[in-house]
Amino acid sequence: MKPPTLDVDALLDDRSTEIIVCCGSGGVGKTTTSAALALRAAERGRKVVVLTIDPARRLAQSMGIEQLDNTPRPVADVDASAGGSLDAMMLDMKRTFDEVVESQASAEKARQILENPFYVALSSSFAGTQEYMAMEKLGQLYRESQQDGTYDLIVVDTPPSRSALDFLDAPERLSSFLDGRLIRLLIAPARGPARLMTAGLSVVTNALSKILGGQMLRDVQTFVTALDTLFGSFRERAEHTFALLQADGTAFVVVAAPEPDAVREAAYFVDRLTDDDMPLAGLVVNRASPPARTTLSAEEAITAADRLRASDSSSLTAGLLQLHADRVRIIEREQHLRERFAASHPRVRTAVVPAMPGDVHDLDGLRAIGESLAHQG
Amino acid sequence: MCTPAPYSGGVSAHPDRSVDWPQVRLHVVTGKGGTGKSTVAAALALALATSGRNVLLCEVEGRQGIARMFDVDPLPYEETRISKGAPDATGRAGQVDALHIDPESALLEYLSMYYKLGRAGKALDKFGVIDFATTIAPGVRDVLLTGKVYEAVQRPRRPEGKRGDKGRDRAAITYDAVVLDAPPTGRICQFLGVNSELAGLAKVGPVKSQADKVMELLRSPRTAVHLVTILEEMPVQETSDGIAQLREAGLPVGGIVVNLVRPQALGPGALTRVRDGNVDPTGVASDLTRAMVDVDAGLVGSLLDEARDHAVRRQLEDEQRALVAAEDLPTYELPRIAGGIDRGALLEMAQLLREQGMA
Repeated sequence: MKPPTLDVDALLDDRSTEIIVCCGSGGVGKTTTSAALALRAAERGRKVVVLTIDPARRLAQSMGIEQLDNTPRPVADVDASAGGSLDAMMLDMKRTFDEVVESQASAEKARQILENPFYVALSSSFAGTQEYMAMEKLGQLYRESQQDGTYDLIVVDTPPSRSALDFLDAPERLSSFLDGRLIRLLIAPARGPARLMTAGLSVVTNALSKILGGQMLRDVQTFVTALDTLFGSFRERAEHTFALLQADGTAFVVVAAPEPDAVREAAYFVDRLTDDDMPLAGLVVNRASPPARTTLSAEEAITAADRLRASDSSSLTAGLLQLHADRVRIIEREQHLRERFAASHPRVRTAVVPAMPGDVHDLDGLRAIGESLAHQG
Repeated sequence: MCTPAPYSGGVSAHPDRSVDWPQVRLHVVTGKGGTGKSTVAAALALALATSGRNVLLCEVEGRQGIARMFDVDPLPYEETRISKGAPDATGRAGQVDALHIDPESALLEYLSMYYKLGRAGKALDKFGVIDFATTIAPGVRDVLLTGKVYEAVQRPRRPEGKRGDKGRDRAAITYDAVVLDAPPTGRICQFLGVNSELAGLAKVGPVKSQADKVMELLRSPRTAVHLVTILEEMPVQETSDGIAQLREAGLPVGGIVVNLVRPQALGPGALTRVRDGNVDPTGVASDLTRAMVDVDAGLVGSLLDEARDHAVRRQLEDEQRALVAAEDLPTYELPRIAGGIDRGALLEMAQLLREQGMA
C-alpha cells in the first residue's frame, strides 16, 4: 500500500501556515529536517525563523553557524531573491525561564525566585522544563511576529525527549502540577492558617520531611511560595500555547528514520496528535536507503558471490554482489516497516528522503534535503 | 567481519581469558539517539553472562525496549529471567535477568523499605506527591532510578548453591554484573551526576545519604560508562563531548562501541578502484556470467553505482574512525545487521564483543 504524498512545497507556500513543529524521537534527523524546511521556505519567499533546542548545537553545525543564543540571528548566504529571509536561534532554556519570571514578578520577588536553589535546579535540569520553555519561546516569537510582522513562518525543532510524548504533555503536566493539592499543601504552612492542617495533610508533610529531610522541605516550601504569584500566569501561558498548537495555522511534521523504534515512536505521535486535535501535516521518513536499480534478489546475489569466492577468495565481483545483497535486505526491511505504518495510518501523508552519501553540514546540504523532500518520485 | 581492536586481549578457550573490564560491576551504556545503545546494552549483557555468570540488564526510560528486543511480554518492576547468555568456549552460558525500573515503583519500594509508611503511602499518592517526586522535583527521579540500580549492584553476594530457587526468591539473586541502558549522551551527566546537584540541595536527610552512596559507586572503578556511536560526524562529535563531560564530572569513562558498521565486503584497494571508477565492467560481467547470473544491460552499472555509493560512505566512516581512535579508549566495532535485531542477532553481537575483549 502506498500512502498519500506529503506535498512539502504546498505546505510551505501556503501563507496560512504560520507554525511548523517537527517532532519525533532522537537521532532521526529532526534538526536537519527543520532546518531544511525553514531554508526552503525562506528561499521560496517566506520570512522564516527556525527555533532549535538541542544543546548539542546540531543546527549550529548544520547551518555553519558557530554561536546561537536565545535571540534569532540572520543566517548568511540565504537566497533572498524571492523576498524571503531566514533567522535561526538556539533555545537557552534557563534564560527563557528567567525572562518569564522577570516579566511576571516584581524586581524584589524575581530576585528571590532566581536565587532559590530549587529554582536553579528546576530551570536548568527538570526534564520537562525544556519542552515547556520551547513552547514558551514559540509563543513569544509568535506574539512578537503577529505585532511587528518580522516573521510569517516559525519552524520549531522539538527537544530530544526521552519520549516524543513528553513534549506534548509538558504544558498539561505543568498546569496540573500547579493546580495540584501538593502545591497548596506546600504553601499552606508558610501561610500559616492552621485550619488547613487536617490529619491527612500532616501525615503527608511528615512523610515528606522523612524522605526529603526537613531542611529540603523548607527550601521547597520557600520556592513554591515565592513562585505562587506566578502560577496563574504560567498556567494561562501553557493553555495559550496548547491552543496555539491546535490552531489551523500550525502544522505538525512527524519525523522518523526507517528503524523499528523510530517508526513506532512516530506512530504514537501521530495517534496522540490525532487524539488531541492537533493539525498533522504528515510524516517525513529520513535516511531511507536508495532503491536498487536491478531486480537481482539478495539470495541470488549471495549464491553467485559464493560461487565466485570458491575459485577466487578475493573476487571483487563477489564483493559487489555481497554489498548488493546487504542493500536489498535493508531496503526490504525498510519497505516492510513503511508498509506496516501505512496500513495502520492509511491517511497520513508521507515524504521519503533518501540517505545522503555524506553528512549534511552546510546550506547546500540542507538545500539538497529540501529538494528531495519536495520532489517525491 | 569486524576488525578486532588492537588492544583486545584476544580470544582464548579459558573462561579467565583477559577482558578489558575485570573490576567493573556496573556497566552504564549511553549513546546518541539512533546509534543503537539499547541494542548494545543488551548484547553486552549477553556477552557478560557467560561461564555461569549472572547479569542484570536494567532499563530506565519507560520504553520496554528490552521486552521488544527479546520478544517477551512487557517487563514488570521485578527482576525477570529473559535469556541465557552467550556460551563460552566450553558451551557454558550464564543467565540474563532484566528489570524495567520506573520511578513511581522505585519510590514506593524505597519508602516501604526505609519507612513504615502504611496509610501515608496512599496519602502521598493521593496528594500528588509521587507525581511531584518522580517528575517535578529536580533530580529525585534520577536518584530513584540510579538508587535501584545501586541496590542491585551492592546486593551482598551469596555463596554458590544458596541462591533462591526460581521465582520464589528472585530479589535475593546476586549478580556478577549489572548493565544499565542509560539515557542518551546529551543527558547522561545530568542523569548520573544529578545526585551531586541533589546532594547540594538536600544538605541532610535520607535522600542525601542515598545520593551520596550512589555517587560513590558511580565514581568508583567498579563502574564504567561506555559510549555507543556510529561512524557519522555528529554522533562522533557528541561522543567526544560526552567523554569530556564525563571526565569533568569525575565519572569513569569506559570504552567506545562503534555500532552499525557497514559491511567490509571490499578491501581498501577495491574501494579506491570502485570510488575512482577504475573497475572494468566487462570483467565484472564475465564474472557474473561465470557465477550463472543473467547479465542484462543495467546490472553491472547498478552494482557499480551501489558500490561507489558504498565506497563514499566507507571513506567517511574511515575519517570518523580516526577521530574515535584519537580518543585513545578501548574501542569495539559491531556490524550493521541487515536483517534487523532479534535474539539471534543479539547473541551474534555478544560473541563479537567477547572476541574483542569487552566481556
